[in-house]
Amino acid sequence: MFERPENTTIERSSVELTKQDFVSDQMVKWCPGCGAHAILSSVANVFPKIGYKKENFVMVSGIGCSSRFPYYVNTYGIHGIHGRAAAISSGVKIANPHLSVWVATGDGDSLAIGGNHFIHVIRRNIDLNIILFNNQIYGLTKGQYSPTTPMGMVTKTSPQGTIEHPFNIGELVMGAQGTFFARAVDTNPKLMTEIMFEAAKHDGTSLIEILQNCIIFADGAHQQVTAKDIKDDFQLVLKNGEPMIFGKNKDKGIRFFSNRLEVVQLGENGITENDLLIHDKYQQDPGVHLMLAKMAPPMFPVALGVIRSAMYPTYDDMVEEQIAYAKENNPVKTVDDLLNSGDTWVI
Amino acid sequence: MRIIFNKHYIMAKKSKPIVDLEDVVVKFVGDSGDGMQLVGTLFSETAALDGNDLATFPDFPAEIRAPHNTVAGVSGFQVHIGKKKILTTGDYCDVLVTMNPASLKSNLKWAKHGATLILDTDTFDPAAIEKAGYSSNPLEDRSLEKYHLVKAPITSLTREAGKDLGVDNKTAERSKNMFALGILYYLLNKPLDNTFRFFETKFKKKPDVIKLNKAVLQAGYNFADTVEAISSQYTIPKATMEKGKYRNIVGNTAVAWGFIAASERSGRPLFLGSYPITPATEILMELAKHKSLGVKVFQAEDEIAGICSAIGAAYTGSLAITTTSGPGLSLKSEAIGLAVMTELPMVIVDVQRGGPSTGLPTKSEQSDLLQALFGRNGECPVIIVAASSPANAFYMAFEAAKLALEHMTPTMLLSEGVIGFGSELFKIPKAADLPAIQPPIAKPNEPDYKPFRRDPETLVRKWALPGTEGLRHRVGGLEKENITGIVSTDPLNHQLMVNLRAEKVQKVQNFIPRQEIYGDPEGDLLVIGWGSTKGAIQYAVDEMRAAGKKVSHAHFHYIMPLPKNTPEVFAGFKKIIVCELNSGQFIYYLRMLFPQFKYSQYNKVQGLPFVVNELTAVFNQILEEE
Repeated sequence: MFERPENTTIERSSVELTKQDFVSDQMVKWCPGCGAHAILSSVANVFPKIGYKKENFVMVSGIGCSSRFPYYVNTYGIHGIHGRAAAISSGVKIANPHLSVWVATGDGDSLAIGGNHFIHVIRRNIDLNIILFNNQIYGLTKGQYSPTTPMGMVTKTSPQGTIEHPFNIGELVMGAQGTFFARAVDTNPKLMTEIMFEAAKHDGTSLIEILQNCIIFADGAHQQVTAKDIKDDFQLVLKNGEPMIFGKNKDKGIRFFSNRLEVVQLGENGITENDLLIHDKYQQDPGVHLMLAKMAPPMFPVALGVIRSAMYPTYDDMVEEQIAYAKENNPVKTVDDLLNSGDTWVI
Repeated sequence: MRIIFNKHYIMAKKSKPIVDLEDVVVKFVGDSGDGMQLVGTLFSETAALDGNDLATFPDFPAEIRAPHNTVAGVSGFQVHIGKKKILTTGDYCDVLVTMNPASLKSNLKWAKHGATLILDTDTFDPAAIEKAGYSSNPLEDRSLEKYHLVKAPITSLTREAGKDLGVDNKTAERSKNMFALGILYYLLNKPLDNTFRFFETKFKKKPDVIKLNKAVLQAGYNFADTVEAISSQYTIPKATMEKGKYRNIVGNTAVAWGFIAASERSGRPLFLGSYPITPATEILMELAKHKSLGVKVFQAEDEIAGICSAIGAAYTGSLAITTTSGPGLSLKSEAIGLAVMTELPMVIVDVQRGGPSTGLPTKSEQSDLLQALFGRNGECPVIIVAASSPANAFYMAFEAAKLALEHMTPTMLLSEGVIGFGSELFKIPKAADLPAIQPPIAKPNEPDYKPFRRDPETLVRKWALPGTEGLRHRVGGLEKENITGIVSTDPLNHQLMVNLRAEKVQKVQNFIPRQEIYGDPEGDLLVIGWGSTKGAIQYAVDEMRAAGKKVSHAHFHYIMPLPKNTPEVFAGFKKIIVCELNSGQFIYYLRMLFPQFKYSQYNKVQGLPFVVNELTAVFNQILEEE
């Protein structure tokens, strides 16, 4: 089912781990019915499968409902300050690349107050796994609009509807030269676990967007994608190397036509599987990945699964390479060498 | 020391008299592109190798290349050399080397009455004179009568020297700063060979450039030897210094090296998360050079990311540093609170500049002290230490790292622009002679490990590093229950934790040196200072004592907590004056802690250091008051 990750920097567990190894003794204080519970469960499921020593996981967060996460999973962890999880986790990973570093964050935390850190961590491609809980609302402060709230939505701070254009997270990730972008809905634990595993395997910054439901302040925000009766028609679960087919009857597909994506009906107008786009998550050029990430109802299904997973050197690897090179080639090996370098004289 | 030229000595070559001087202050000023920083540095090196003690300070505009020949574009470098112990970069200069009218215009106020002005007469053309803001030619209007002028056609003579080597005028002119340096070497009787060696190393692959620079330097020297305006030579005899190996060190470099030394002595890898800001950037640049010592430098996207990355690195077990200046410290405030709350060790360096806001980026001030002490939400104590000179900055950086690591608390190191950019001689220590640093790292599977269990003596918690078996735990900004580290909103627990965090910092008193007094432990006046003002205050106190006044000096390197014996030190004096380059911040703190004493204050907020004369005048006035 799961292949082992290739990363050799992080020490593996000598014993088989289970979900129980990662369950915290703290009471989980999210609202009953919150989508975050399913995300937590997926993380606890995937960590033992990833197979690293349990002490090698570090969970970092900022502020918000999502950011209570480190208290609810038994790993090393830092509950940081608002918006700064990307920066804190960058320090963790650069300082100790032998750790598997995870970030739990939200749309307000990462895209508003932490927007600057968000784009820069992605640009640098530091080997972090960022799970972004996108519930399109500020939950912990009780219902103000966020940078992903759809335009026009009535919230506590937009009584006449928001007048802001929301971010598409995938678009932001590609714009910042992201190397890994995946998306899942909180109602599909299996897919969440799969993409988290893929994220762990990916060397570089992995951004996982979870379309999460806030049952109190934005209930049903993702209804157009997740409602039982329509979900098959509005979810395209991407599989690498396979044609993009979706729909209740597996009879719809995505093709590239006239310089853009288009939904087509298989069997109509002579369209067959051969006309459909084949998903290539490894492609370096983010053009198609961007178009896929931007697909949205009602014209399109939402793309789920791993949309992009391109190979680029990571910041943390290059730090280690530069240090190794300097240690090899620079005559200054100790503090005494340093203090006595350059012009000195004896009195 | 004033150089007085005796007009009667108009002597033939080789027979000019030589006069001994205690110390000399030289200031080089010219256009931003004139190479003043380089000649200043070369002169300092020569003086150091010749056995003088010294201190230097560059003085450059915030603009990289301001318009040519304007006052805004003047770049300077001041050097104070001496036979005596050099504690400051000098208040006013004895020799002013000026490369154009604008630099004369902007710096004449720093020349002593009777100072020697070395001028490039070729640059005093009507356009440049007007651009500098003069209404008439200062070389002709008698406005410089109280100075001794060495009028040298530096540009044309440099061209001549180039011509002999077949070098075109434009190329030759780039070396005119060396002509000026040559004049100065003759005037102060300094050898040329060290500078020759510099040319040979620097331009190894360009023999023509070596030849040109040597020729121009020699031409300047010979010009001075021949010209009648220079009637005598001066010598600054060797300083008597402690035996040992020396080097010149710039304050920002010293800070970087202090941290590298602390990393080696503690066995903790060094991590710097920082964002460029004047005047602290050189620490970032210096540390970036030392990957061979395992230093990891993360140039973050902003000040906040700088400190937050350092917090992440501290959690993993690094000696974590962030460096900044006042505006950046403001941005880091919230994150310093996180470091206090998580009780993680790190050092925040603030190289202070003129504020508020962008203020005076390239000028120095001591106005962030209250921000360092109190500029955060909640009850948020950190250890604060302050450096007093470029060489001292090495030891204070080391000490800041030691205190942070051993007491598991963020520590702030206050430096200042004048310390960061300034340089002085540094007796090179052996790493093995520096104190050991022993952070309280928790052992794998330590029984009963709890994140906030504390050493009863120091109240320090243990440092459990990710990757270590049996120690998984969470830290964060929410208040935690003492010992267990579980999130807690219990009122009494919060009170307890607030008290514990404060007491932990206060207990550092038991690990820092007692406050020293320069001079007698009792007397009429105690002068209190902290930071860069040490040298100026000490010179002023020396003058007072030489005049028989009962004045002593207490200079504080430890600000939070203060040394235990601080009130005892104060009690020995009839009067106390606190001198600061701010409107009175340390005195505010002292009045709060020790209200039993009566304090006077002397403050200056001009982006400039104290000069000795103003201090002695104030001290005398205080002593005379009833």
